[in-house]
Order: sequence, then structure tokens, then C-alpha cells
Amino acid sequence: MTEKIIEIKGLHYSYPDGVAALRAIDLDVFEGESIGVIGPNGAGKSTLLLHLNGILRGEGDVRVFGLEMRDENLKKIRSKIGLVFQDPESQLFMPTVFDDVAFGPINMEMPQAKVGEQVAKALREVDMTGSEKRAAHHMSFGEKKRVSIATVLSMEPRVLVFDEPTGNLDPKHRRSLINLLKRLKPTKVIATHDLDMVAEACSRVILLDKGEIAASGNTADILKDKRLLEAHSLELPPSFIK
Amino acid sequence: MRHSYIDQYSGLDSIVARLDPRIKIITFLSLIIFTVVTPASSRQEFCLQGLLAFAILSVSRMPASFIFKKSLVVIPFVVAVSIFNLIAGRQTIGAFSAIFAKSVLSVVYLILLVATTRFPDLMKAFERLKCPRLIITILSFMYRYVFVIEDELMTMQVAKESRSFGGPALFHVKVFSNILASLFIRSYEHAEEVYLAMCARGFDGNIRTLSEFKLRAADGVFLFAVSLIMLFIRVAGAIR
Repeated sequence: MTEKIIEIKGLHYSYPDGVAALRAIDLDVFEGESIGVIGPNGAGKSTLLLHLNGILRGEGDVRVFGLEMRDENLKKIRSKIGLVFQDPESQLFMPTVFDDVAFGPINMEMPQAKVGEQVAKALREVDMTGSEKRAAHHMSFGEKKRVSIATVLSMEPRVLVFDEPTGNLDPKHRRSLINLLKRLKPTKVIATHDLDMVAEACSRVILLDKGEIAASGNTADILKDKRLLEAHSLELPPSFIK
Repeated sequence: MRHSYIDQYSGLDSIVARLDPRIKIITFLSLIIFTVVTPASSRQEFCLQGLLAFAILSVSRMPASFIFKKSLVVIPFVVAVSIFNLIAGRQTIGAFSAIFAKSVLSVVYLILLVATTRFPDLMKAFERLKCPRLIITILSFMYRYVFVIEDELMTMQVAKESRSFGGPALFHVKVFSNILASLFIRSYEHAEEVYLAMCARGFDGNIRTLSEFKLRAADGVFLFAVSLIMLFIRVAGAIR
């Protein structure tokens, strides 16, 4: 039996203006899984992701690798959960690619030589070797997305969490990003509208709507259920239309 | 979208560009201080300093036209203030020329320093020279995000142009102020998200980077040579 690495029980979260974003969320994530979180706009997908590393903290029980979501555990939890934001402009905030990819390892207090190694390794994994001295504003959107992923890979997280990884990418870059996602070893949680990508890269799907889990199960079972998808403002992915 | 960069010549291969950024900062700031404290009456010294600046400009391989264009941001103000003082009788022609020479030389040195150094290296060098970290952080974020905000402004302006046909000038002013307000809100929201992304990667209030600078013999030689020339100019001015 694979290890249960994330355990969420009865999670509720309301934004400061009182709007409920998540209601009674129960979710277990097992080691090595690749989970797709799908749902219409405003369903609570990004909000759920932000709970996985304690950026947001709602009511309920969230445990990561057995650690309760508390201030004293945050550093440890955040070194194990690598969160890649949807907008690479937010993910890449340092003046150069090297500084950005090294940001996490330095904060994890890795020795200087190891930081250099981690940066080189992470950039190699996303095919961006040689871009260490480049600035984010000189890169294309696809390159920024790749470097964004490298910024968390350098921390060697056990879980990779992606918010809309293929959003705004052209078909060629989307394809290469999907191939990259499939290649990455750690457990993955991917929030997206790209159901074709989910079909390729995820083994399990969680369908969120209005802050609640509307359905959950095997990827193929959920994605071929036309009635279920349409009831939640989604549609059958083209690869499932016969 | 296209942007102009203040460090667009930092990729030039020249003696000045290759210098360790810390040595470059120390050298150019010393040159600026040296220029500023030169007695106003010492014309000979200003001429020699001009030759020194020209020599550094030549070895930096920077186009003089670039320096001239960039200096236009500052020089006209200096000239305007000096002319005002001259007309008001608070200054002699000699003092006016000295102020002009000092400001031109200082601006040339400053542009040479900034334009031949990659901005991130410049920030790191200032940090290693114990410049307050908060100032470095603010400047680094500004450099990183000024282009993002400029892009957003351009996008909003294009959206506005696409939908505005004529109308009174006052209306356009109002629309532009709305654009500025929404740009401010977007920047604020962006900053929040950047902060979250920083926290997600273990940010604890301090931004730390690795030091990549290594002093070479050439850095020492450059600093020594410039110091020697400065000393020579001062002595030459004193025994005049």
C-alpha cells in the first residue's frame, strides 16, 4: 500500500468578504499519484492548492506527511510541497534565472555548492540549461513556464502542485510541457481546465464546483461522463469524443 | 513587447565591463567624489579629468552617443539652475563652468558604471558593499516588475484606443486616470501573489543570494591605475 502523504478532512474556507470558497473538502493524496483537480471558474481549485502548503489556512484538518498545518511545521511542509503558480510573472521574482531557481534551496539552508548543483539539475530537467544569467523579462512565455517549474524542482519536493500549467501556451509549448509533467517523478496535483492534459497526465480526478467535491474517481470514468461534466460547466474533452 | 534596458551595453566585451562590479562601484564613486571636491577655480584639473573620462569611455567601448542621450535626463536641469543663478548674479562665469564640468563628468561616470554592469550584478555588488538590504530589495523588485507593469499599461492603453473614437479631451483625461487607478490595483494584487510565491519557497523575511564575484589581478590594476591618475591630476592642480 502506498503512503498517504496529504490528508484533508472537513476543510472549510471563506474569503475575508465572507464568500465561502471551500466547503467540507475531504481528500487523500497517495505517494506517486497524479491528481487532476478540475472544475469551472471560481470552483475553488486554486484556493484548495493554496491550502496544501499552508499559504491559506481554513477550518478543518490538513496534514502533510503526517505534519499538522501549524506555524512550526510550515518550513518543513513547504520544502516538501513545490507549488507552481499559474502566472510565471509571480513565480519568477528574482533578477536572474539562477537567483530564482536558487531561492528555495538557499532558504532551505543547503550548502553553497549543493545549491549550484540543484540549480543546474533543475534547469537540465526543464531543458533550460544555459539560461542561468538571463532575466525573466527577456524570456518567452513558454520559457518562463519551464523556469517556474525549475524553481520548485531545485527544492526536490515530494509533491508538485501546479495551477493551470498549460494555460496561455501555444500547442507546441503545451505539448512539451505535458511531456515534461509526465516525465517528472514526484506526486503531482494539477488544477486545470485542460481536460485533455488531465487525460494524459493524471491517474485520478477531483471535480470541484462551488467549493465542494462534486465527483472524484478514475480519470477515464470522470472524463467520459458527458452529463456530469456538462452539469458542472465543463465539456467532454476532444480526445474522448468518438 | 519591446523595452529599452538601462544595462543594454552590459554585454559588451571591454576592460570596464569585465571588471568586478564591486571594484567598478568603488572606482566610479571615488571618481565622482574626486570630481565634486575639485576646487572650482582649477580649470586645468577639469581638463585633465575630462581626458581621464574620455580614456575610460574609450576603453569601455560604449558609444558616446548613448552616454550623451542618457545624460540629457540630468544635464538640462543642472544648466537651467546654473543659468538662473548666473542671471540672478549669485554666480560668476567661472563657478558656472565648474558646476557644468562637475555635473557632466559625474553623470558620465554614473552612466558608465550603470550601463556597463548587468543590473542584477550591480545590485548584488552594492549588497556585498553593505548597502542596506531593504533598498537593494526594493530596487531589484522595481527592475524585475517595471516591465511587467509597463506591459499592462500598454495593453490597457491599446484596449482604450480600440474603443475610443474622438470625444472631448476631458473625457480622455478621466479615462487615463481610471487606467492608472486600475494599474495600481493590479500592481497591488500582483505584489500579493508574488509574496505568496515567495512564502511557498520558504521566504522568511530575508532575501539571500549566492556570491558569484571573484577579484582578479586586473581589478586591482584598474583601481590602482585610476587612483594614481587621480593623485597625479590633484598634484598637477596644486602646483600650478
